[in-house]
Amino acid sequence: MDDNHIVEIRDLVKNYPVGGGHFTALRDVTTDLVVGEFTGLVGPSGSGKTTLLNIIGGLDAPTEGSVTVLDMPLGGKNHKELAHLRREGIGFIFQTFNLLPVYTVFENVEFPLLLIGMAADERKELVDQALEWVGLTDKVKSRPAQLSGGECQRVAIARAIVKKPKLIIADEPTANLDAKNSHNIMQILVHLNQELSTSFIFATHDEKVMGYLTRIIHLIDGRIDEDEHISEPEYRKGK
Amino acid sequence: MLRFLIKGVFRDRSRSLFSLIVITLIVALTVFIRGFMAGIFDDVFRQSAVIFAGHVKVTTQAYTKEADLLPNDLAILGADSLVAALAQQYPEMFWSSRIMFAGLLDVPDEYGETKEQGPMLGFGVDLFSPESRMLEIWELERKIVRGRLPEEPGEVLLGETFATRLGVEPGEVATFIGASMYGGFVTYNFDVAGTISLGVTGIDKNILIADLQGVRQALDMQDAAGEIVGYSHDMFYDDPASVALAADFNVNVDDPDNEFSLFMQPLRDHTQMGAMVDIAGYMMGIVILVFVAVTVLVLWNLGLMNGLRRYGEFGMRLAMGETKGHVYRTTMGEAVVMGIVGSFIGTVVAVPLIWYLQEVGLDYTGLFEDMTFVVSNIIRARLTPDCYYLGFIPGVVATVAGTMLAGRGIYKREMSQLFKELELEA
Ligand SMILES: Nc1ncnc2c1ncn2[C@@H]1O[C@H](COP(=O)(O)OP(=O)(O)OP(=O)(O)O)[C@@H](O)[C@H]1O
Ligand SMILES: [Mg+2]
Repeated sequence: MDDNHIVEIRDLVKNYPVGGGHFTALRDVTTDLVVGEFTGLVGPSGSGKTTLLNIIGGLDAPTEGSVTVLDMPLGGKNHKELAHLRREGIGFIFQTFNLLPVYTVFENVEFPLLLIGMAADERKELVDQALEWVGLTDKVKSRPAQLSGGECQRVAIARAIVKKPKLIIADEPTANLDAKNSHNIMQILVHLNQELSTSFIFATHDEKVMGYLTRIIHLIDGRIDEDEHISEPEYRKGK
Repeated sequence: MLRFLIKGVFRDRSRSLFSLIVITLIVALTVFIRGFMAGIFDDVFRQSAVIFAGHVKVTTQAYTKEADLLPNDLAILGADSLVAALAQQYPEMFWSSRIMFAGLLDVPDEYGETKEQGPMLGFGVDLFSPESRMLEIWELERKIVRGRLPEEPGEVLLGETFATRLGVEPGEVATFIGASMYGGFVTYNFDVAGTISLGVTGIDKNILIADLQGVRQALDMQDAAGEIVGYSHDMFYDDPASVALAADFNVNVDDPDNEFSLFMQPLRDHTQMGAMVDIAGYMMGIVILVFVAVTVLVLWNLGLMNGLRRYGEFGMRLAMGETKGHVYRTTMGEAVVMGIVGSFIGTVVAVPLIWYLQEVGLDYTGLFEDMTFVVSNIIRARLTPDCYYLGFIPGVVATVAGTMLAGRGIYKREMSQLFKELELEA
């Protein structure tokens, strides 16, 4: 695997059994994600964005082809090995935040660190840092129910980023947010992308998100239709 | 990690409270029933032990064979030294000689002619030796209806119904008519000191309680005793211990050729008591089994409901790289803690209740009049040592089993659906 590549996908096909036959959700997908890229998967509903993210995240298995994530070929890996990969190397951001309602902001962010068995003082340091990145140091003790949607997604970002994963996978992270919050979230993510050189891959419909992407992969009917590299994203032009 | 999750369990009232209430209730009920049944059975055992069988009882072989006839001609001779020897050999019990005897009790009118007469069952027990605990275990002081306790060997207590039927008052004389140890005809005048109600169905109709020495005199039985009874110091019938003690004793004295050789019988071997002892054990087992089953079902359901509520949480945790096994095991860990806490609370709730019923009791006079075995009219629970831990069996076992069944869903989870599921959450 190329040192520079965080994900390598070769001849990927994904079929879902439907009725007697099958439905092809992804076909002939071959691409690489480069370290530090801020990539968007864009395409109409049903074009296979979520399916591709699932496969990269080890949540679903390809029908054909090979996928290598963080130097680990996913083919033939069992449930535990894939969980280990996610635990150590991948952060997830969901459309609906998925915070744990009974825990405080601090505890929600702390959770992934508990999973990797980190010591308490180290956890505290990292959580504080992550909350600072997303600008929520004043909400440490709040519960999710006391936060706005934008704030919830910022907590979710802190939770994804706190263990400093090499790759963050986000499925429609701004879909439940208004324009102002969407921009705010994207700015935070761009900032983290540059600070930590974390690689990001999004699935999105959202025009606002596209302005931040350094690369846009257009999916149509499970096929890569176009692969755009953007040297100067929209948001920088404004400045 | 588990600490983190437990924190969540107890913060999430709607998740934990109902489960906790169910566990607490079941545990409290189990413990309570245990205490209650222990009390009832203990009462049955105690009444039978005090009045009839002792926790163990020594008689001669021949006496045992014809025990129904109260054959005092087959009594133990040299009883007092045997009691001393038993006390030395088996200090875990206290020992006392006694004589059971039957005959007629005759109440004379002012001219000495028979006014009333009736069959009686007499108990000569050691009322006056300073070391004797017979007054205490018969609870005679508490059970006096009229008159007072005997103060001399010639004074007796009569069952209240017996005395009423015979028309005899405390302070009057009643004449025993029967046979001496050697088969001779005996009449003996006892002074009636008082009447008692033992609270034991059937026996107050014909009971006479006298001091051992008085009865020895009446029946010409110096230093003899029909029976020597032994009781554990706390008066709690320990079946295995009593059986073992009797077996140990019998090994040393058994002589099939000598009908006067001694023989010790545990309470279990007295009429229906063996069955009672066994039933007491089985019933407890069945109660626990039923409760475990019910609790498993309830908690299984609760677990399934909680599983639905926590679907998002489990999904998120799986996505974050927790293994299914780990999610399952930590959920189990939560259940164990919940089970322990619930069991603890349940036990804390039940124990004072049992204690109250042990100290105060529940009067149910009249409810069980037709019962054949000897029962008192007051139900007392008994706070047995196992009350403190028994509840943890249904509490913890059932909680874990219920959660185990409910948690199987975690393994069925399709990982590829996580993103979709998590999107539906909103
Ligand atoms: N488990 C499945 N079984 C059968 N078909 C499936 C399954 N999961 C996805 N599909 C199909 O695969 C195609 C791609 O689905 P996917 O969820 O990847 O689309 P998407 O690009 O994320 O769409 P959206 O923008 O609406 O989220 C869809 O046509 C969908 O119906
Ligand atoms: Mg999708």
